[in-house]
Amino acid sequence: MSSIYRVLAPLALTAAIAACGGSDASKSAEPASPKAAPDARRVDPATAATISGKVVLEGSVPENPTIKMSSDPACGSSELRGESYVVDNGGLKNVFVYIKDGLGNKYIFDTPTDPVKIDQKGCHYVPHVVGLRTTQPLEIVNSDNTLHNVHGMPKANVEFNQGQPVQGMKNDFTFKAPEVLIPLKCDVHAWMNAYVGVVDHPYFAVTGDGGRFELRGVPPGTYSVEAVHEKLGRVSLPVTVGEKDSKELTFTLKAQ
Amino acid sequence: MNDRDPHLATGALRVAPRATLWHHRFAKAVAACTVLLITAGGMVTSTDSGLSVPDWPTTYGWNMFTFPLSKWVGGIRYEHTHRLIASTVGFLTIVLAVWTWRVEPRAWVRRLGFAALGAVILQGVLGGITVLLFLPPAVSIGHAGLAQIFFCLTVTLALVTSPGWTYTVDPVDDRMLRRVAAVTTALIYSQILIGATMRHNAAGLAIPDFPLAFGHLIPPVWNAKVALNFAHRVGALVVTTAIVATSSHVLYHHPRRRELAWPALLLLGLVAVQITLGAFVVWSGRNPAINTAHVVNGAAVLGTSLVLTLRSFRAGFERLVQPIRMPQREASGLGALPPRGVQP
Repeated sequence: MSSIYRVLAPLALTAAIAACGGSDASKSAEPASPKAAPDARRVDPATAATISGKVVLEGSVPENPTIKMSSDPACGSSELRGESYVVDNGGLKNVFVYIKDGLGNKYIFDTPTDPVKIDQKGCHYVPHVVGLRTTQPLEIVNSDNTLHNVHGMPKANVEFNQGQPVQGMKNDFTFKAPEVLIPLKCDVHAWMNAYVGVVDHPYFAVTGDGGRFELRGVPPGTYSVEAVHEKLGRVSLPVTVGEKDSKELTFTLKAQ
Repeated sequence: MNDRDPHLATGALRVAPRATLWHHRFAKAVAACTVLLITAGGMVTSTDSGLSVPDWPTTYGWNMFTFPLSKWVGGIRYEHTHRLIASTVGFLTIVLAVWTWRVEPRAWVRRLGFAALGAVILQGVLGGITVLLFLPPAVSIGHAGLAQIFFCLTVTLALVTSPGWTYTVDPVDDRMLRRVAAVTTALIYSQILIGATMRHNAAGLAIPDFPLAFGHLIPPVWNAKVALNFAHRVGALVVTTAIVATSSHVLYHHPRRRELAWPALLLLGLVAVQITLGAFVVWSGRNPAINTAHVVNGAAVLGTSLVLTLRSFRAGFERLVQPIRMPQREASGLGALPPRGVQP
């Protein structure tokens, strides 16, 4: 019997360590270290430009799957449609657009401390896609009268899986490294998913009505701007903006 | 257990004592519950519900056993049910280990009881760790592999405590059968491990068609997932061949030995069902019920092959078995029982 104890004791210890480290791992992420160069400066709003545009879908619009929520009576018996392909007035909504390259480390940006919010309401995430800055809190609320687990599946950041069994519960999560896009899912309700774009600068947007987006306050320069969709992948476009310039971009994502 | 039963020592055929029978029945019940547990585990992975309960050993902060029934929704139904069945099997295994230790005269069987207990505890810890670490494939595959080991231990306990085993007269002594049966069992277990690796690396549909692969006999495109999937298909061919070889050997050389012929026939039937289920897993796009049935039937194939293998080694157990020692018997000053086949 003593040999059994010798085997089980380290296992129990391992489990305890794993339990300590795994239950709320996202909070162990340290604030991002500043990457700005010594001579980095703030962007001058007087010379800043605007990049705006639209994301369009080429080809026939794929059908969103029908979601049956009957596995949880609290979610209601109605059927919903998935939110992957929302085309409005010729434009594709819920696409994350951001400056991918070109900013370098020439600028200093203040990181907002107010959280970006995602609500779990009616057993789906509202909104479906959000963007935020590295180390900026992501607040996820459970407004439903049922339990959810918030399962973030980043690759460059720390994975987390937080239970929210009580209505009104909220948890903050932060991401140390830029990562586009991070999937969020609820394993209890397999249809629930959302996406988070994390960047280390303020030039990002999620397309809204008509697939429109706008990046304001961009310093003059040459950039690569990327549009990322959860299913259709990503496409990049180069753009050069001068002082007080306004440029219009049109991204085309192809339906497969 | 009647430790003064002379028939235990002489090996004569007769009805087993009632206490022994109940112990054997309980061992069979534990093995049956283990099948139920594997079914529940199969449903968890087939429905991707493994992380629907993020904490362990608690459930959303509740004690596992007081988690409200009203909250068993969505994926929680599968994961929480799996945990409760696992706890029940763990408890039953404690009872079985203690019961075996109390009544079983064969030391190696008593050790087997505690080996099963150790395996089920380790299995529980692995299950918890894999949840807390977000289902890393290595841990999840270990959890799946150990599940089958534990099942094999319960099947072995049920078999070796059975009257049929205890009172067997003139067991078959066939070296070739022993070899082919043991190799077949090892191949089946290896195939199950490949299947678990495929399952926990999301490679179950890496090759979308069956029986061809992308319309070819050999896949024209390769990556890690395709290789895993194809390895499982090749493994199915190898295992089927081994099973046919073993069963043919039994049916040709020992057709009148029911204790061998029945599992051999059953094995042939189960492997046919298994291949059919495997095909339907692909054709149905990994339907959870079919996928789970494939996992459970795989365990049945392994268990049946194990029974056949152990029975083919039955004659060897006469030589391997140690002198019977029972703590209660020794404490009462009666001393150890002699080995089987030796008159006291």
